[in-house]
Amino acid sequence: MRYRVGQRVRVAARPHEGHHRTPGYVKGKSGSVERVHAPFTNPETRAYGSDGLPKQPLYLVGFAQRDVWPDSRGHAGDRIYVDVFEHWLEAE
Amino acid sequence: MSGHDHEHSHTPITNGDEPAAAARAAALEELLVEKGVIGREDVRQRIDWIVSRSPADGARLIARAWVDRDFKQRLLADARAAALELGLDPGPSPVVVALENTQAVHHMVVCTLCSCYPKALLGPPPDWYKSLPYRSRAVSDPRGVLTEFGLELDDDVELRVLDSTADIRYLVIPPRPAGSDGMTEEELAALVSRDSMIGVSQPSAPAPGGGLVRHS
Repeated sequence: MRYRVGQRVRVAARPHEGHHRTPGYVKGKSGSVERVHAPFTNPETRAYGSDGLPKQPLYLVGFAQRDVWPDSRGHAGDRIYVDVFEHWLEAE
Repeated sequence: MSGHDHEHSHTPITNGDEPAAAARAAALEELLVEKGVIGREDVRQRIDWIVSRSPADGARLIARAWVDRDFKQRLLADARAAALELGLDPGPSPVVVALENTQAVHHMVVCTLCSCYPKALLGPPPDWYKSLPYRSRAVSDPRGVLTEFGLELDDDVELRVLDSTADIRYLVIPPRPAGSDGMTEEELAALVSRDSMIGVSQPSAPAPGGGLVRHS
């Protein structure tokens, strides 16, 4: 587990061909680690018949709604939380 | 020269009344069975399991959390273990996370990538949960979505949207309604709607009289 709760992280902005579980709307966005879940098999390889090993640590990352959607009609304190695998995160 | 320039004198090519998605699912199942990836019995058992689940199970968890503070703490710490404690099947997901809605914080759940949902505790997800408008707007305009569900949050409430993109399943613990003092756990469970456990509505208000049957 490379990151700890409270740490600032950025979601990698890279494109990815094929199945992956990192929503496009958070790519390149910065947030903070809310929970460190556990390692899980990697859906990017499991989707194509492999065993998904090695497992990838999964984190719940929290973002300010306004950082994700600059034109957001929401309130300043509104937040969005997304489960992101470790290999999609970069330290800030 | 396009192949579509000919006169369409033939009848449209359709699949009868079967929706395209159903035909595609049937074709996929045929292929998966033919290739030995799954068996027909697996599919039948999985369908049986899904349709046997209902929001009543999740409601039992919530009602217990409302009447038992220690249980609520255990539910918040490990919802899987808390479900097992009540004899409920928490499903195949290795981690179920319960999130408490209060006067200050409101959680709502979406799966923008598909339709991840705590099926074991809530049953099959409603059609709107799987729809593209909900999946896209729950993250981009959540307060607008809640308004359409009839839920206007106060300005000072912090809204938290959970996008369940991977292996974790999220269950909302809605606030106990006012006027429900003295109700039994079973009566309380009847107030807990499916939508309140997704976080797009609040539990029902008790009937006048607190839900207690009065005999005169």
